[in-house]
Amino acid sequence: MENIINLKNIVVEFEDGERILKNINLDIKDKEFVTFLGPSGCGKTTTLRIIGGFLEQTSGDVFFEGKCINGLPPHKRNVNTVFQRYALFPHLNVYENIAFGLRVKKVPEKEILKRVGEMLEMVNLMGFEKRSVNRLSGGQQQRVAIARALVNHPKVLLLDEPLGALDLKLRKEMQIELRKIQQELELTFVYVTHDQEEALTMSDNIVVMNNGYIQQIGSPTDIYNEPVNAFVADFIGESNIINGSMPEDCVVEFAGKRFRCVDKGFSPDETVDVVIRPEDVKIIPAEKAQLTGKVESVVFKGVHYEMSVDSVDNNWIIHSTKACPVGSMIGMTFDPDDIHIMKKSEVD
Amino acid sequence: MKLKYFSAPYLVWMVIFIVVPLLMIVYFAFTTDDGNLTIKYISDVGQYANIFVRSIWLSLIATAVCLVIAYPVAFILSRMDKHKQGTMLMIVMLPMWMNFLLRTYAWMTILGNNGIINHLLNLVGLDSVKLINTSGAVVLGMVYNYLPFMILPLYSVMEKIDKSLFEASADLGCNSLSTLIRVVIPLSAPGITSGITMVFVPAISTFIISRMLGGGSNLLIGDLIEMQFLGNAYNPHLGAAISLVLMVIILVIMTVMNQFDPDEQVLM
Repeated sequence: MENIINLKNIVVEFEDGERILKNINLDIKDKEFVTFLGPSGCGKTTTLRIIGGFLEQTSGDVFFEGKCINGLPPHKRNVNTVFQRYALFPHLNVYENIAFGLRVKKVPEKEILKRVGEMLEMVNLMGFEKRSVNRLSGGQQQRVAIARALVNHPKVLLLDEPLGALDLKLRKEMQIELRKIQQELELTFVYVTHDQEEALTMSDNIVVMNNGYIQQIGSPTDIYNEPVNAFVADFIGESNIINGSMPEDCVVEFAGKRFRCVDKGFSPDETVDVVIRPEDVKIIPAEKAQLTGKVESVVFKGVHYEMSVDSVDNNWIIHSTKACPVGSMIGMTFDPDDIHIMKKSEVD
Repeated sequence: MKLKYFSAPYLVWMVIFIVVPLLMIVYFAFTTDDGNLTIKYISDVGQYANIFVRSIWLSLIATAVCLVIAYPVAFILSRMDKHKQGTMLMIVMLPMWMNFLLRTYAWMTILGNNGIINHLLNLVGLDSVKLINTSGAVVLGMVYNYLPFMILPLYSVMEKIDKSLFEASADLGCNSLSTLIRVVIPLSAPGITSGITMVFVPAISTFIISRMLGGGSNLLIGDLIEMQFLGNAYNPHLGAAISLVLMVIILVIMTVMNQFDPDEQVLM
């Protein structure tokens, strides 16, 4: 697959000298669903706005289908955007909102009718043509916003936290629907979210960002199973992150104990981040365990119980289908390949 | 439910100061001194058609000039930083803190035959220009005095337009001009109509501006009405009749205006 968008050494600095993006390099492949994931203020929306043309980078280049598009205004870019709060035109009805882009391009009335009709069908809003957008629910407004962008047949659709304002159930439905639309139309979607579950559900590739840097780029499984640093591990799902060291290959020492692991190639006694997923902590009787702790709290989460366990110098989060009584002592153990060793992250 | 009794004083106020005077105007317009019904005064108003035409024409021009000046000003204001907006708005409002008469007097000394402008022209060796006592001076006075009434309603509507709508418009292929035509103007239409109303209505019935800046040759309806009540031509019946006709004209114009603004009812 070919790259449709390349970002090269993108830096964005605001007037007050604050650096929002610090050297972003990114290739987005044609027809892929790529998600920018990160906490608020990490620069993900800024990166999206650079691609959309709403913001000019301080330095660096943006390429679209191999051509440099630095300084090209938004209306001349072959991308369309679904805005965070939809930004529907309140003076126009559903039909006219969707037709807006086509009218600007002076598309013949007959074709507008056809294309808007197709879009209404795709987003399931037939019969809503004459409705004022102010009298639509959040989910319906969302669909109009998507239709309004897609009716222009853009090469790339940019989505800026489009599901943020919807309730959980509707959000899940829309996630699946968006993914379906993307695959049916074979378009490139660039999606911004701070919701890791959303990113894992929908994406071909996830770009994890923090502090204006890209932390990791990879498929959802890669990112979840092989996070490159403690930040990614913590942001993608909950994690226990413990300070440790590597006395030798395949042996890690933390909480004063040695454990077998599968990672190697660290310098002797290098300090590392040890990352263990809450669901990978196995509970065994305290007398048989190397590592013990006292159960501080138990919360029922539906599928599993979430337990907070106080141990030597760490507080552990454990997900288990069986609850242990609060106050009891439990033992913890881990499979070697569930212990993820990461270099201390160099980026701030 | 009790709340509605609190509005009773306003109801009384409205009846005494709005409904009663209106009825009195109607009564005066259709009666003679002896209290007999007549349409003589209403038909007499026809003699002053030229004054009506001049008033409507001059206030239309003044309203149009106000709109042209105020629209960009209001737009720029509405897009400024929030804290700057406050200061700028105050500057716009500042002239209104001064007495209306004083402001208009100031223009007399600026435009007068021996006024500041002509003085400057003479200094650079040019001939004096007749500025005061022209219809241009009247329009200038109207624009100067009523401009804030155009800026404020425009600003308050524009300020509510979400910035993301401009981005959406650009995203969908609009350059600045088509964004203005397709997004900004339709969304500010309520501000345009109420601004026009707030400038046109006082402009068409003013008498001070025309008297001070227009001399005797630019009589407006306001002057005519004033003369019937306070001047030598004392005739309250004719004055009431002229007022009534003026009201009807304004009502018709505003109804036409309303047709352009389906959502919002314009104040009349």
